[in-house]
Amino acid sequence: MKRLLLSLLLIASLLFAFACERKGGPGAGGQTGPIIIGYYGDLTGRTSNFGQSTKAGVEMAAAEINKAGGLNGRQITILSEDDEGRPEKAATVVTKLINQDRVVALLGEVASGNTLAAAPIAQAAKVPMISPSSTNPTVTQKGDYISRVCFIDPFQGAVMAKFAVNTLKAKKAAIMLDFNSPYSRGLTEFFEASFKKLGGEIVDKQSYTQGDRDYKGQLTAIRSKNPDVIYVPGYYGEVGVIAKQGKQLDIKAPMLGGDGWDSTQLWDLGGDSLNGDFISNHYSVDDPSPAIQKFVADYKARNGNVPDALAALGYDAMKVLADAIKRAGTTEGPQLKDAINATKGFVGVTGTISLDAERNAVKPAVVLKLQDRKYIYQETIYPEGMTAPAAPAAPATSPAAAAASPK
Amino acid sequence: MDTFVQQLINGLTIGAIYALIALGYTMVYGILRLINFAHGDIYMVGAFVGYFLSYQLGFATGPSLLGLSVVLVASMIAAALVGMAIERFAYRPLRKYARMTTLIAAIGVSLLIENLFVARLGAAPRAFPQLLSEQSYTLFGNAAISKSQILIFAVSVALMLLLQWVIFKTKVGTAMRAVSFNLNSAKLMGINTDFIISFTFALGSALAAAGGVLTAQYNPQIDPLMGILTGLKAFVAAVLGGIGNIPGAVLGGLLIGIAETFVVGYGQNVGIPSTFRDAVAFAILILVLLVRPSGLLGSTVQEKV
Repeated sequence: MKRLLLSLLLIASLLFAFACERKGGPGAGGQTGPIIIGYYGDLTGRTSNFGQSTKAGVEMAAAEINKAGGLNGRQITILSEDDEGRPEKAATVVTKLINQDRVVALLGEVASGNTLAAAPIAQAAKVPMISPSSTNPTVTQKGDYISRVCFIDPFQGAVMAKFAVNTLKAKKAAIMLDFNSPYSRGLTEFFEASFKKLGGEIVDKQSYTQGDRDYKGQLTAIRSKNPDVIYVPGYYGEVGVIAKQGKQLDIKAPMLGGDGWDSTQLWDLGGDSLNGDFISNHYSVDDPSPAIQKFVADYKARNGNVPDALAALGYDAMKVLADAIKRAGTTEGPQLKDAINATKGFVGVTGTISLDAERNAVKPAVVLKLQDRKYIYQETIYPEGMTAPAAPAAPATSPAAAAASPK
Repeated sequence: MDTFVQQLINGLTIGAIYALIALGYTMVYGILRLINFAHGDIYMVGAFVGYFLSYQLGFATGPSLLGLSVVLVASMIAAALVGMAIERFAYRPLRKYARMTTLIAAIGVSLLIENLFVARLGAAPRAFPQLLSEQSYTLFGNAAISKSQILIFAVSVALMLLLQWVIFKTKVGTAMRAVSFNLNSAKLMGINTDFIISFTFALGSALAAAGGVLTAQYNPQIDPLMGILTGLKAFVAAVLGGIGNIPGAVLGGLLIGIAETFVVGYGQNVGIPSTFRDAVAFAILILVLLVRPSGLLGSTVQEKV
């Protein structure tokens, strides 16, 4: 027992020493040599499609910057860590990136639950962190070093509610949520509020947890309430199966989802059952704007597949960070954070990025229809106070739509 | 009423899978008094063998009944070989030691298989190719039964009848029953007990693999850790029915499946959230152990040691 206590004490003091090291250590925030940026994401776990796509986007952006001569004459090095999609692991790898690898800034995560675990660590160490695609509102409330380049769930939930009521003319909605995910719970809350405000009724609310294998119990209960639409704000792994089992139960109502659906594996799991469902997303690969089509083509040449929204957001996050480093002229945390937070009118692949006072990007969302392994553009929904530009953002179909089918 | 029938069908479907796996637990226990904790992982191995075979043999392109039958039988054979290998190399050398030693070896084998798969294939779930067309039939008004559910029922009933025939009508089945009565006496009677034990593992593993491939048609998501919870619930099912008792394992499996689905389907009305589904199986286990330790159909005969 004594020995155990002693060894624990030893480990604790070692950890403490490591934790303190950063402050005075050589190289921290150094102004020469490569700029080291940390990326953390789920590379092997249940949501690994997310992490892999985002990583590919981040790396592509970094490669472009390096090819163009780097930032302030310095090259960028991306250090990636795998958090296996687990919040506790995210906290560990971010601690490692900050204390051992001395990264000047962090990019990550996709799933809000993992970002929420890492954010306080980055905040305490004064290392700026940009989340490419965590949409839960509480993420950036962890502190002024945390920002994001995507819209947030109150908006995303409202978008789907608006689309359901205005376009699909739905009156009754059921919700099937992932009980343990902050992302899913957040979207549920905001969808429910907006849907009710627009005069709709929530007829049933069922929940599952990540890794469940059977959803027919919940789906049968939902079916008995005869909803017009079913809102399923989850991640692709479960959603694909939910869609399949829904069709097996002969449920005709379309399912609605969010950006968590966007992954090629969704189609491997759900197949044709997904046809006719709708999701809200950050961008559409069918958008004819030259910037987007160039990004899609470059990404395909580099990675061999069509970039999903997560790859595009990873790309934008890296570019926003690079822009801030250029403007700040330094990689020191406090100045860099101020430069990031001052980002205004940055033209990215996923739209024009301006960070508001809460360090959230204010951007429109697109609604896509799922059909035969393709995401077909339906409409763009703008946040309150932001109006549509003169030209429509994307047409219903374009040659790129054919290219959108993976493999 | 429609909803009730539908939930019953849903429950019976997962119950049938639990029953298939529970049979393996119960047969091995009946013969060796060993709880083979690696059994749930055999279920996973079966699903993965089916996954790779479908791609290797070119059946992944579209639904085909031929593809499904080939994949099903092949993964049953592969899993049977894996089960026999586990018995031969992990359990047989330990048979002369205390029973606890083999039990711990079983936990070790389980962890070994899981982590080997994670190390080789990664923990990310994969999508099992669809070998059966997506189609549902309606009965009793609004209750739908899908092709994959019909398949699960049909194959599990067929396999259970086959098992019953093997155990009661064949020579090797008679030997199995003899070994389960008393291993040493059976040996004295000239029964090759090593072969019978090996055969029992093969049989149980094949059933679990069938469960793995069948579930994958119902829920195409497979991952190296899928056997843990399902295996545990199947074990609970075996205990519920009376471990060592074959009809008991089937009954237990169906009951656990139905209980779980009803918790999800109706729990909300009485304030039990659907996320409690897994807790229910284990609550049932505790209740059964308290009230009827030998299980629903278990024999109350005192075990001679």
